[in-house]
Amino acid sequence: MTSFKLGGMTFGSLFKKPETCLYPAEKKVAPAGLRGHITIDDSKCILCGICQKACPCDAITVDKKGRVWAIEPFRCILCDSCVRACPKQALITSPDLKEIATGKYDTIVPIPDPKAKSAEA
Amino acid sequence: MGKATVIPFGPQHPVLPEPLHLDLVVEDEKVIEAIPQIGFVHRGLEKLVETKDYNQFIYVAERICGICAMGHSLGYAETVEALMGVEAPKRAQYLRVIWHELSRIHSHILWLGLAADAFGFESMFMHCWRLRERVLTLFEKTTGGRVILSVVCVGGVVRDIDDAQMADVLSVLEGITDEYTQIMNTLISDYSVKNRTVGVGYLSHEEAIALSMVGPFARASNVNYDVRNFGRGAYGDLSDFQPITATDGDCYGRVVVRCKEVLQSIDIIKELAAKIPAGDIAVPVKGSPADGAEACNVLEQPRGECYYYARGNGTKYLDRMRMRTPTSQNIAGMVKALEGCDFADVNMIVLTIDPCISCTER
Repeated sequence: MTSFKLGGMTFGSLFKKPETCLYPAEKKVAPAGLRGHITIDDSKCILCGICQKACPCDAITVDKKGRVWAIEPFRCILCDSCVRACPKQALITSPDLKEIATGKYDTIVPIPDPKAKSAEA
Repeated sequence: MGKATVIPFGPQHPVLPEPLHLDLVVEDEKVIEAIPQIGFVHRGLEKLVETKDYNQFIYVAERICGICAMGHSLGYAETVEALMGVEAPKRAQYLRVIWHELSRIHSHILWLGLAADAFGFESMFMHCWRLRERVLTLFEKTTGGRVILSVVCVGGVVRDIDDAQMADVLSVLEGITDEYTQIMNTLISDYSVKNRTVGVGYLSHEEAIALSMVGPFARASNVNYDVRNFGRGAYGDLSDFQPITATDGDCYGRVVVRCKEVLQSIDIIKELAAKIPAGDIAVPVKGSPADGAEACNVLEQPRGECYYYARGNGTKYLDRMRMRTPTSQNIAGMVKALEGCDFADVNMIVLTIDPCISCTER
């Protein structure tokens, strides 16, 4: 009969807000510090390649000649090593979770050349 | 006497969250021998220490097991710190213990839910997992991850818990305590639970010592052994710490010890949150471990004592990283506890020992 002791708790649940949410119609608000995905501020990146060396799973590729910074999201384990290693604070961990993907892809970010910009000006 | 029959149990079985195979030699519904077999989830993680440097390997270490993720990263970091003669700042030690105890709470509540489900007590399973979800939300807020926390680094921790977050942690734990106590009292005083567990899978105090049992399994046989009692790190600053033991030595004793350890962990977190000092959360660690340098470390994981050994070779890659996990110790006791039990009690015995096969095989 002791099983009915939990009855109060179970009965009370009828009048409380549900513990679950109706995903995907309702989405949980991501806490500020959540490690969702890595983004880059291309204006700050100097293509030094320190993030590539710090990455424990070789997810980041920095092409200095081609001025491209790329990350494989399916390799990335969101450990924040690159974010901590970046000397210019160009890498940011965004709390937003990415949408469910239907295929593998790389995130490729072209880094603008600051010298070209100043020459244009 | 009937004819002995071998009945295979696992690796896929509803009661087993992880793959363990047992050949049960059964005679007249009594198990006369249990022959364990593991090796279904071996991933060769220890070998990876040769290709990942000592800072990067922490992310491999915490992937050894999902439930013990925080414990393995902490145990590995402490071992490498000992290898390099570094000590983490006091605040980092406190934060590590707070997260480690939170992970013990989530591990034990997860186990309690699974145990309740095995009893056929499904409403309790749902209540347990509802409470566990609150702990996982705390992890999300304070570390950024739900299960794999990636918050410990060699030399300290990478994130701090500010005062507002700490107040949030304490208020959530306060909320959990009342509901958890109600759940715990229901489970341990329920007569059908007692029917299934009292006197089942008995392991005496002497046998537990002779077979080197660790963790709640040993403490249920009245072995007063808990690595937290050594007073390492922030555990040394606790005003009073007494391991929870039981004298029963059976499945019921193991249920009671695990249930009470959750409340003990909540008390530890409350005390450390009140005492946490201000200061740095990490010290810079530079250089490489010396050639031939060795270090070892023990840590109380949710399932018991885990032993770590590391050896350096003068480069930033370690020469050897060895872990002896609590379940690999406890398998011998589990086989002993299974001898002579009823066939119908096998799942209850295996579940109350709570084997973590992913840790064991690495």
